[in-house]
Order: sequence, then C-alpha cells, then structure tokens
Amino acid sequence: MPSPIAETLAIVLLVATLGCAIVRPRGLPEAVVAVPSAGLLLVLGVLPLGQAGTEAAGLGPTVGFLAAVLALANLCDRYGLFEAAGSWMAAGSRGRPVSLLALVFAAASVVTAVLSLDATVVLLTPVVFATVARLRLRAKPHVYACTHLANTASLLLPVSNLTNLLAFGASGLSFARFGATMALPWLVGISVEWLVLRRFFAGDLVGRGTTREIRPLPVPAFAATVVGFTLVGFFVTSAFNVSPAFAALAGALVLAVPAVASRKTSAKDVALSIDLPFLAFVLALGLIVKAISLHGLGSLVAHIVPGGTGLGSLLLIALVAAVLANVINNLPAALLLLPAVSGYGAGPVLAVLIGVNTGPNLTYVGSLATLLWRRVLIRRGEELPISEFLRLGALTVPPVLVAATVALWVSLRVVG
Amino acid sequence: MSPMNIVIWVVEGTWEGCVDAALERLPAESHFTLLHVTPSDVTEAADAATAGLFGRGFPGRKPSQRYDDIADDEASELLAAAAERVGHPDVELISRHGRTEREVVRAVAEDVDVLVVARDGDHSRLGPKSLGHATRFVVDHAPCAVLLVWPDETPGIESLPPPKHGHPPGHGSPKLGHHSKHDPPPHDR
Repeated sequence: MPSPIAETLAIVLLVATLGCAIVRPRGLPEAVVAVPSAGLLLVLGVLPLGQAGTEAAGLGPTVGFLAAVLALANLCDRYGLFEAAGSWMAAGSRGRPVSLLALVFAAASVVTAVLSLDATVVLLTPVVFATVARLRLRAKPHVYACTHLANTASLLLPVSNLTNLLAFGASGLSFARFGATMALPWLVGISVEWLVLRRFFAGDLVGRGTTREIRPLPVPAFAATVVGFTLVGFFVTSAFNVSPAFAALAGALVLAVPAVASRKTSAKDVALSIDLPFLAFVLALGLIVKAISLHGLGSLVAHIVPGGTGLGSLLLIALVAAVLANVINNLPAALLLLPAVSGYGAGPVLAVLIGVNTGPNLTYVGSLATLLWRRVLIRRGEELPISEFLRLGALTVPPVLVAATVALWVSLRVVG
Repeated sequence: MSPMNIVIWVVEGTWEGCVDAALERLPAESHFTLLHVTPSDVTEAADAATAGLFGRGFPGRKPSQRYDDIADDEASELLAAAAERVGHPDVELISRHGRTEREVVRAVAEDVDVLVVARDGDHSRLGPKSLGHATRFVVDHAPCAVLLVWPDETPGIESLPPPKHGHPPGHGSPKLGHHSKHDPPPHDR
C-alpha cells in the first residue's frame, strides 16, 4: 500500500479509536474499535508483523504494571483509605477553606504520585467533593485542584501516569533516579498551580465550614503500611534490575487476599479493577500509533523535535508535546514522541512527559476528543462547560510548563 | 399592602450572613424564598477529568452520578438549615442545577421585589473583587431590586484601596495622559 494512503488510513483509525473511547457508544469498552483497527492495519500490511511484535513486547510490561497499580489503588479505596483521608482533611482544615485547599493539594499530589492520576480522578475527587459538601463550603476550588493536580502532580514517579510508564523504559533511568530528577519539576509545578488557583478562586474561598459533625476516621493502618512498603518496593526492585511492576503486584496481592477473605471486596471486583479491555486498548493504540509513525509522521516528528538537553531544546520539546497532547490526546502524543527522543537520553524524554502530563489541563482529553465529548453533553441536554475551566487552563498550563521545564533543566545538572 | 416577595440567594460560605442581613433590613411579614443553585461546571470538570482517562480504571463506578447525589443531599440540607435560620412560617425553598448566575437570574424573573445577594471573597477590606464572577453577573443582570450585603462585619472605610495615579478621593478620576507634578502621594492605608 502506498505510504500516503497507509498513513491516512492509520490516522483515520486513530481518530475513530479515540472517538469511540470518549463517546463509548452504548457503553461499549474502548477496545471495541481499537483492537479491530489495529488488526486491520496488520492484515493490510500497513503495520508489518515484526514491528508489531516488537512494539507489543515493549508495551506488555507497561500494561502489566498499569494493571497492578490500578488494582492497588482500588483496594486502597476498599480499605477506606480515601474516606479516611477526606475526614482528616475536613478535621485538619477546621472549616477554613484555604487550609482545606492546602490539604487537598497535599492529598492530591501524594495520591497522584504514588497511586497514579487515575486514583486521584476516580477515587479521591469524589471524596473531596463530599468532604467540601459536608463542611458546607464551595466545591469549585477544591474539585479543580484535584483535576489539575491529577495531571501536574503526575510528574514525580514512573507509576504516577501511564505516560510515565511508557517513558520509563525509554528513559533508561532507574525508579529512584527518575524520581530524583522529577522531584524539583513536580514541586515547582504544584507550587505554580497553588499560586494560580489560590488567586483565581479567591472569591470562592470564603466563609467558615461547619465542623460539628466532622470526626477523623481511624487510619486504615494495614492498607497504609502496605502502600508504604510497595513504594519502597518500587525503588528496591528497580535497583536490582527487577521490574517495579512486581512490587505493585505484590502490594496488590497482600491487600487483596485478606480483603476478599473478610468480604471487604470480592474477587470479581479485584479482577474488574484490572480493566482488561483498557489494557487491550493501550496495546492496540500503541500499534496504531506505530503504524502512523512508520509511514512518515515518525520521521517528521523526529525532524521537528530537537534532541539536545539545553534549556531551549527542553522547552521546545515540552511545548511540542503539550500542543500534540492537546490536539490528539496525551496518550498517542506520548507514543508518537517518545521513540523520537529516546535516543537522546533522559532529558528530552522527561521534557516530553512535562508536556504530555501538564498540557492536558487545557482541554483534558485533547481537543479532538473534547469536541466529541462536548457533543455527548449536548445530546444529553446539558449546558456546555463554560469558559471558566478553559480560562483556568490557559492561566496555569503555560507557566507550569515553562517553570517545570526550567526545573528539569536544573535538576538534570544537579542530579545528573 | 401585599407582602413583599423576597428571594435570598443561599451560597456556601456566606449564607448565614446573607440570611441575617435580609431579616435585619427587610420587613418581617414578607414572603421569603430561599434559592440554592448547584453549579454544573464543577461536576462537568470532574467528568471531563474522568473522560481524560478514557473511562479507564475501576469499571462500574460512575463518579458523575455520585457527584449529583452528594450535591442534591447537600443542597437540601443547606436550604433546610437556612430555612431554620429564617425561622419564618412562610418560607419557600428552591434548589436548581446549572450555570449558577443564569439560574439565579431566571429564578427572579417574575414577581420578585428584592433579591438578597452576599458578597464573595475576602471580607476584611472594601473591595476590590468582593464580587465573584457569578455574583457580578447576577447583580448586573437581575431583573429586580438587589440587596447586596456583606455576609459578616462590614469593613471600615480605612480599608478602601488607595486611588490609582496617586489621586486622593474626591478629586475625580484623572484625565487620560495628564499627570500633575502637584499630585499628592498615595493615600496611606
């Protein structure tokens, strides 16, 4: 098949795959279009079997790691860790909205870093929402803090974001070195978010919450300890050249066995939390992006993206990554960009992550997908989300992007 | 004379002061309506973030449904607490969802004499920005009289920010492009 036709076909299939993943017609899993699309590309020879094999072999461990982290986060929720965190935030804030926001920042940053942004979005945010409601304060600043930090605070560790897991292999870094290099960009990014949100929502951080019915819940000590050991396990396994996925798997098993035995949760719930259709979707997406990459876009990207580790190069890489994440989506953006920069060492790879992780605060799902998602909202008869969240994105993303990239540049010089 | 129709806009963080100010300043024999709006953009932001994950992880959980349930419970409890504070037999409660500022304006479109609105933000000084985005829109567009109250202590006049360009209060606004050498220094706070 001629390259332009092959390229066009692959791009059409990518758009269809992303569209289906957002709209989820009839609630079908996101893999329903992704897997046949990848299959079609293989059958038509757009993606040679050998290339597909290499790509799949590279993605396999990443997908396994993701499965274990998702299971671990879900189990933490079943043990009541997030509910307890909500009660501590409420009690610790004494009803003061600014103190509560600070505690939400701390919780969202730590949860995102250790248990991934998925945990913050799906498990922590509803708890924060309920906590704010119980205090009778305005929810907006606190909910936006969660959704923003799920992206910005996902810079720290390989487990914090699926894009990081994809980059982790390409970066050639150990778990510890990844964390050490990204610690400063992570802190700087969170600080910029704090400064902007604190000011943007000054009008809503008002009054004093009712704390009469608030009692801090007991710490789910077992779950908290296991998560702590799992975190240590990430560093230790990596130091011995063993995949940190095994630490996540061990943590999930140690939590799952007593939880199922004591009927805190069911084996079915644990199995469901691994989300096999999504894992298939990631694999298929990887193959589709590989096909796009092979037929011209890959060399174009490699041409555009600089390979240096100077400040200018890093800023340009982060910018390209952020733009691409907003045009298509951060997942395919990472899949497309990482191979182009992986030959240049850790700096450019981590700059890509800054772009694809913090960029989505502008449009969340990427603008293509946002368009579709907005159509879904219109069809449901809901009013469109207003300019406020776009405005907040426009105020936070550029300074976070620049400040975090400068911090990365400093970090690369200090940590090495 | 028929009783006045008064709508009190109940918002988290300022509702207590707003109710108190309405009772203090408006005739007790009025018909009071307490209005609360759950802003839809908060749940939408949370939904958008979930959509950003491609709906991955934790199947079977629908955060948006959970948000709506929590918000509804909270709204009815808040309105009940506000009604108790009004302590009046003739109180109507309205709970709405949507874009806050537009829902408030729609709610007072007919047969309302006064809408009571609290200022937002930092109450330790007179402005600036004592009106948040939604409040500013409501004050701007309300098709009825608006009673705008400080939800707690009213700040003293000494907290008035100094005028720009060093002009003291009472001198009017400076002419564009004109700066006098004789302008006094900025007002001390």
